[in-house]
Amino acid sequence: MPARIGVVTFPGTLDDQQALRAAAAVGAEPVALWHKEQNLHQVDAVVLPGGFSYGDYLRAGAIARFSPVMDTIIDAARGGLPVLGICNGFQVLCEAHLLEGAMIRNGDLHFINRDVTLRIENNRTAWTSDYEVGAEAVIPIKNVDGRFVADAHTLDALEAEGRVLARYVANPNGAARDIAGITNAAGNVVGLMPHPEYAIDDLTGPAGFIENRRVPGTDGLPFFTSILKSLVSA
Amino acid sequence: MARVLVDVMLKPEILDPQGQAVQRALPRMGFDSVTNVRQGKRFVLDLADADPATLRATAEQMAEKLLANTVIEDFHVTVLDEAGETGESV
Repeated sequence: MPARIGVVTFPGTLDDQQALRAAAAVGAEPVALWHKEQNLHQVDAVVLPGGFSYGDYLRAGAIARFSPVMDTIIDAARGGLPVLGICNGFQVLCEAHLLEGAMIRNGDLHFINRDVTLRIENNRTAWTSDYEVGAEAVIPIKNVDGRFVADAHTLDALEAEGRVLARYVANPNGAARDIAGITNAAGNVVGLMPHPEYAIDDLTGPAGFIENRRVPGTDGLPFFTSILKSLVSA
Repeated sequence: MARVLVDVMLKPEILDPQGQAVQRALPRMGFDSVTNVRQGKRFVLDLADADPATLRATAEQMAEKLLANTVIEDFHVTVLDEAGETGESV
């Protein structure tokens, strides 16, 4: 039986279909999860996708964090369930205190929709094991509240514990210490502002040439192959 | 009926690009004296059957749990009396 990857849809979620498609692309069984249901339908991992859950009213992710499905996911994540929060999903994980820090408005106040180059710094998580440390991945960002912030003590701890997952090679939004993604200590809960689910094939991904390097448009795929491998070997 | 105000502001050490944008716009209208702008939000909460003794604590719990993200924001609770005036110093 293939591993089951659940993708939550909140009101205002945009990227649930892309996340489901990415799960299917690597051979997992995609499972749609609904924000009002506490039932996780026996999924082996969860993706909290991007978008504007509950219109981003109050703060990005603040209301989604108290939805029925999140009650179950927060408990399960503390018990080891792999959870990947992408963009708005990362914001939900921060609001839920499963990850440290918070996201504020981009430095230039612009909505930024652009392919960015990330440097992967931690490949010991359930979601990044298929990357080499130091690998560069071209993955799109699309957000307005994408600027990661935390106090200096928290940032120092994240760095000291090797929990910075990925950094921007060229910081697009003023994120603290160029941080694009972080992981929890156990490596099962990961938050990432860029969108790997939009970089899983040549046709729809950010394929092209960047500084004379051929970018295949599939640089986000290892997030999904990694989780599949960790589930199969578990 | 009781009315409670919860003001939420980014912590002083958190950069506020929205406030900065307002600050840059004001001099263009001739308001040259502005040296700093911080932008925040205010929640006006009407509470039914509220126990005056616990009103403040209840509002603080709401602010801690939902209205503010205390990682990046501070909040300030003001309890109003029936005339809408500040009923106590804060």
